[in-house]
Amino acid sequence: MGVAVDTSLKRKKATAAADDIGRETRLALYRLQVELRYCEKRAYDLFLQNLVKGTSHLSLGQEAIAAAFGVAMRPDDYTFCTYRGHAHTLARGASMAGVLGELMGRQCGLLGGKGGSMHLTDVEHGAMGSYAIVGAHLPVAAGAAWSAQYRGTEQVSVCFFGDGTANIGAFHEALNFAAVWKLPVIFVCENNFYMEYTPIGAVTAVEHPAADRAGAYGLESIIVDGNDADEVYRAAMKYMTRARKGGGPALIEATTYRHSGHSRADPAKYRPEGELEKWLERDPIKLYRERLLKHGFVEATLKDIEGEAMRKVDEATAIAKASPTPSVDDIGKNVWADGGAAWRN
Amino acid sequence: MAELTYRDAVAAGIAQEMERDERVVFLGEDVAHAGGVFKTTVGLLEKFGPLRVRDCPISEQAIIGAAMGAAMTGLRPIAEIMFSDFLAVCWDMVANEIAKTRYMTNGQIALPLVIRTANGAGSRFGAQHSQSVENWAMAVPGLKVVAPSTPADVKGLLAAAVRDPDPVIFFEQKSLYAMKGEVPDGEHVDELGKAKVLRQGKDCTVVALALMVHRALEAAEILEKEHGISATVVDVRSLVPLDTRTILSEVVKTGRLVTVEENPRLCGWGAEIASIVADECFWDLDGPIVRITTPHVPLPSADQLEDNAIPSVDRVVRMIRETMD
Repeated sequence: MGVAVDTSLKRKKATAAADDIGRETRLALYRLQVELRYCEKRAYDLFLQNLVKGTSHLSLGQEAIAAAFGVAMRPDDYTFCTYRGHAHTLARGASMAGVLGELMGRQCGLLGGKGGSMHLTDVEHGAMGSYAIVGAHLPVAAGAAWSAQYRGTEQVSVCFFGDGTANIGAFHEALNFAAVWKLPVIFVCENNFYMEYTPIGAVTAVEHPAADRAGAYGLESIIVDGNDADEVYRAAMKYMTRARKGGGPALIEATTYRHSGHSRADPAKYRPEGELEKWLERDPIKLYRERLLKHGFVEATLKDIEGEAMRKVDEATAIAKASPTPSVDDIGKNVWADGGAAWRN
Repeated sequence: MAELTYRDAVAAGIAQEMERDERVVFLGEDVAHAGGVFKTTVGLLEKFGPLRVRDCPISEQAIIGAAMGAAMTGLRPIAEIMFSDFLAVCWDMVANEIAKTRYMTNGQIALPLVIRTANGAGSRFGAQHSQSVENWAMAVPGLKVVAPSTPADVKGLLAAAVRDPDPVIFFEQKSLYAMKGEVPDGEHVDELGKAKVLRQGKDCTVVALALMVHRALEAAEILEKEHGISATVVDVRSLVPLDTRTILSEVVKTGRLVTVEENPRLCGWGAEIASIVADECFWDLDGPIVRITTPHVPLPSADQLEDNAIPSVDRVVRMIRETMD
């Protein structure tokens, strides 16, 4: 199946003169990727200390996608993400203490301990929820886009999901629905080549689980290097701008790789020897750092960003650790809009 | 007072709310140009235009997901699922997403939406188009569940559902669509969570919902005239919130509870009411609680099979007489 690669999204010659992205934006992209990386690593450390219970799905290695969209989106745009949603929620500006606190089941958590790792939400920052049933949030993201279209706000709804999602019914229903209604929604498939523990190629009829299906919905096939924040950023800007102007949805497949297993329980022993090492050479943060140096940014600037990110993570960790656990009274709160849980008089 | 059919009351209720509030939008399969397969939404497209009244593909997950996304971002959608049986196709959206999101987000996300659906037996459609599934919805925390029995209640409760800040599953009994009844003129808004005492008796309290309300009323007339048994009939109207106060006080007055349900036997809504009554007014009861239900079978299609599967007037009369003996 032919897949047209959009060369306009590819990296331009790595010189400051050819820099179409802008120095402030580049620093923002680097800062955000580093913060997401450090925070995910901290989340992992907190598991090992048994301070985070339940499960957790880390985005280590996939940060460029969340960061690029986070920088590209307007503050009033909507993000919908999966249970692998720490990075996407943080990328919209959610408090790091709120994220770590939620993972740890503390009062300061974004959801007051009600949701946990798989349901991070911060409506104030446009993070409209993390959904733990594969595919469910694609129609919901389409609905938010419909609302934006109806209200005439030029907001865009961005929906992130994994390669495994491209094989579930809701994906196909949402794509068709969004295409027919020309909704301002960007579907972003983070193809990390594994649906949970199984290689996506072993269970999918086409090579590119999302892009090869785009034609079925009258959409173009778009594949970007998900480990290249610039390339993802360009795609985000291009297709979000088009969507705001009434140009309808886009389906972007961003290829990437998760450095850790599917979830906390998964040591990822199914991966062939050498595969991780190969991808570590293409670590998005390593690549981006090298690029910034080539673009004339100095080592000290990058060190400052890294140091500041670590301080931010440390501070958030301290706040989360100090936060009390939720009150048991909270069990009966917020089922209904009146704040309670009463089902009878 | 104007006389409307149960069917026309649906369109009247939607129109009343769409006129009042431009955040109200309506979507479903065949609802706009065709006016609904049951003709419940005729005229809405012409009145409110294609941006507010929208035909959808046969994609129940997309329809309900879109309603959810719209509701959390400032609209007040009404979504139609053509037959309540099809809720199974999008049950993830209903039971996992819509029902839980306010709670899981600790109140950050509000979902003021209504899912309307044609429920129940009486049309010989067979087991995939005739089920009575209001008990499915009742079993999920976070959903309000309403099932009107008259045209006035269709309009008034639908309006209340649209104005409610929480998700409401609105079950219309499809064999009532042709039924006529008086509907108050002008704006008509009822209240969720209020049962109605339709008939006051002294020997037993019959609690029913939707189509079964009419069978209970007819049975009560026969019991009174032919057997000297005087029955109270309560129309539950709303399973969540549940007006236990009215139910309990009417049971205490007669000392007997009979529930009449279209649900198949196991975990039908009457079981919950029986449990509450047993817990809270056991010492006021003069006899065992009686549940009259559809047997625990998928619903059959042929006239004589369907008629004998769901509770009939005759069965209600017979079972009340037996328990009063």
